Amino acid sequence: MAKTEIICAGFGGQGVLVTGLIIANAAMESDKEILWYPSYGVEMRGGTANCNVKISDEEIASPFVKEADIVIALNEASVMKFEPRVKAGGTLIVNSSTVKPRKYRDNIKVYEVPATDIANKLGNPRGANVVVLGALARNTDLFEPAYLKQSIDSFFEKRGRDNPKNALCFDEGVKYFD
Amino acid sequence: MAKVLMTGNEAVGEAAIRAGCRFYSGYPITPQTEILQYLSWRMPEVGGKFVQAEAELSAVNMLYGAASAGARTFGSTSGPGFSLMQEGISYIAAADLPLVIVNVMREGSGLGNIGASQGDYLQMTKGGGHGDYHTIVLAPANVQESADMMVLGFDLAEKYLHPVLIATDAAIGQMVEGVELPDFITHDIDKFDWAVRGCKKGDKPRTIQNIYFMDDNYEQHLREKYARMVENEQRWESIEVEDADIVLVSYGISSRLCKEAIKIARKEGFKLGLIRLITLWPFPEKAFAEVNPDVKGYLSVEMSTIGQVKDDIRLATGCTKLVDNYGSMMELPEPEGIIEKAKSML
Repeated sequence: MAKTEIICAGFGGQGVLVTGLIIANAAMESDKEILWYPSYGVEMRGGTANCNVKISDEEIASPFVKEADIVIALNEASVMKFEPRVKAGGTLIVNSSTVKPRKYRDNIKVYEVPATDIANKLGNPRGANVVVLGALARNTDLFEPAYLKQSIDSFFEKRGRDNPKNALCFDEGVKYFD
Repeated sequence: MAKVLMTGNEAVGEAAIRAGCRFYSGYPITPQTEILQYLSWRMPEVGGKFVQAEAELSAVNMLYGAASAGARTFGSTSGPGFSLMQEGISYIAAADLPLVIVNVMREGSGLGNIGASQGDYLQMTKGGGHGDYHTIVLAPANVQESADMMVLGFDLAEKYLHPVLIATDAAIGQMVEGVELPDFITHDIDKFDWAVRGCKKGDKPRTIQNIYFMDDNYEQHLREKYARMVENEQRWESIEVEDADIVLVSYGISSRLCKEAIKIARKEGFKLGLIRLITLWPFPEKAFAEVNPDVKGYLSVEMSTIGQVKDDIRLATGCTKLVDNYGSMMELPEPEGIIEKAKSML
């Protein structure tokens, strides 16, 4: 795809902004133009946070995403706010550990994964976002799962925060849709 | 060198360090606070001085002092803080001192708000402080240019012994893009024969003055300095202006939307072009010589409600063409809106 626009949203503290950065970094390292933009305002642990990621073969114009190809929603508030902004035919990935079963738009693809439960079970409670990245790689054309998996590890390694349990979380996110 | 992810604000800070800057002073104000945040740990790491001043007024005067000593020095601010620095910038220009000041523009006059804007064009290009001076003004449109223009800014400041301003904004400051960082340069603080570094016994004292009454050629010196900048430092990027019916004139964040507008318009057969201003002062008048002589008009696209670039376009074209403005305050200009406005000028 020549151009992909993504919104990641959830509670502050769920790693929403980092999730977007991981996607941006993986795309940059495969020679794409990227742009990441944080929601702007008073964000804190427990509040809502979101970021926009744009990936393109060409120069990127605006930093803002109006309609997204992919929305990653880690909590209920994010589903309510951003489901309407998924393009027709686009993808919505939902953390079903924190979002109650509901009816979604029928002109989008919805993938529900109990990311928080999986991460907790694997002893990596802050790894729900990595589970979701597994679901993203499995269900979209954005990245090969193996590529994204190593890219996540190198992302955290560079920041001195590598955690072997991230790879487990990622694999579970992929396998959940087998 | 491989690209790294950085915000525009972080890139400004890291590029300054790599350009040999070892003195920074500023005061926190959104949307430029990340520059202070970054340098608060990064500057000590390379043995430089980071000073969070009690206000912009003292920050700019510390920069004045550090530049007098020959250090590569820079400060940053936004909106109201930039206004507070004007007196100091006027003094620095008068004293013929090289330094860089970054203004991460924010909305509105008065207190305004924290969102992106391009409302400081007139203040930055026409003086801003009291008296008889201009400063060179560079306008990055992305994170890469935010880094590159820090290096260029120091080079130009030292070439002309003059302050250089960098006009960025909240959107460019906050966005993350891939950036290839510049190489490390070592700045020799003793390389200038004018710097005041303490006078040893027997040395001839040096002074940094604000006016050189004693020098017979003072007026001539100033005239020539500004003339050289106007002649040598106009920078711009032209896109499809040779056959354009309407040429957009834009800079910074707005120019990115103009490029999108050109792509859409050209697909429809509407010949739009763009002059992207890279220096805001000197205004790139030379860019207009490359434009289709039968162009119907120029449309200034900027995040300003009053249209601050318009008059400079009129002067650059000798008032021979239609000039209009597509401005916005809170939101980025929309490609569709730009095209509609441009069509209305045909």
